[in-house]
Amino acid sequence: MADQALFAEQAMQFAPNLYSAAVRMTRNRADAEDLVQETYLRAYRSFGTFEQGTNLRAWLYRILTNAFINRYRAKQRRPDERNLDDVEDLFLYRRLGALEQAMATRSAEDELMDWFTDDEVKAALEALPETFRMAVLLADVEGFSYKEIAAILDIPIGTVMSRLHRGRKAMQRALYEYALERGLVSVPDGSAGLELEPEPTHG
Amino acid sequence: MADCDQVLRELYGFLDGELTPEAKSAIGHHLDGCLDCLQVYDFHAELRTVVAHKCQEQVPPGLLDRIQACFGLEGSDRAADHDRTARPPV
Repeated sequence: MADQALFAEQAMQFAPNLYSAAVRMTRNRADAEDLVQETYLRAYRSFGTFEQGTNLRAWLYRILTNAFINRYRAKQRRPDERNLDDVEDLFLYRRLGALEQAMATRSAEDELMDWFTDDEVKAALEALPETFRMAVLLADVEGFSYKEIAAILDIPIGTVMSRLHRGRKAMQRALYEYALERGLVSVPDGSAGLELEPEPTHG
Repeated sequence: MADCDQVLRELYGFLDGELTPEAKSAIGHHLDGCLDCLQVYDFHAELRTVVAHKCQEQVPPGLLDRIQACFGLEGSDRAADHDRTARPPV
């Protein structure tokens, strides 16, 4: 039987992160609430098996991930493993770099933070197929290491790295499309933004 | 000393803090002396911050209380399993 006070003291602090991650996973706030609640119940019930001193946050994310897969993958029968179009390295940098120079009066940091709304960045992440979305979410939003992500998703580290690599590039492409829509950048001559041919990668 | 190609190849390993100390130091030295790579690095470091910063959600009011209430129910379920009528309404 888990010690309720100990569990609450140690685990409840991660609720905001778990909820944010759950919204990105389910793409739905009501489902995310259910998922976080289920995660905490499952965690509470098996808290006795948690080894004190090890990584509680990663342990909770593993439970969250498994709960998500069980509950929502059952609904859609099959994981969303659409493949991603190949996107060149430095995709966004090569397209928005010129914009940085045009706005040279301000710092690059402020610009990039201001260029995209919260909703656009969230939508760009949520548009990724599930396997890539989970990797990018755990690395770039939650800040887990490759090793932790491998343990949470139960996949080899090499798979974590390749999903991150491709997921991040696809997300850059989605952000670029928002920049185009907003008129932050214009469609380059001779290619129509959204139908860019995959180009050879750098090097 | 790393060259530009190596920096681009290992950019995210560097940003993610996943390189060996030797590789990390080689990339760091290169960035100190190469403005082009430094701009690429700054852009991606900032992009990462933007993604992390803009993907946060406010916890809906009441969610934490509902979760904590579940723990209480679990406890009383087990302690007083024979007396289910004692369970407070959900």
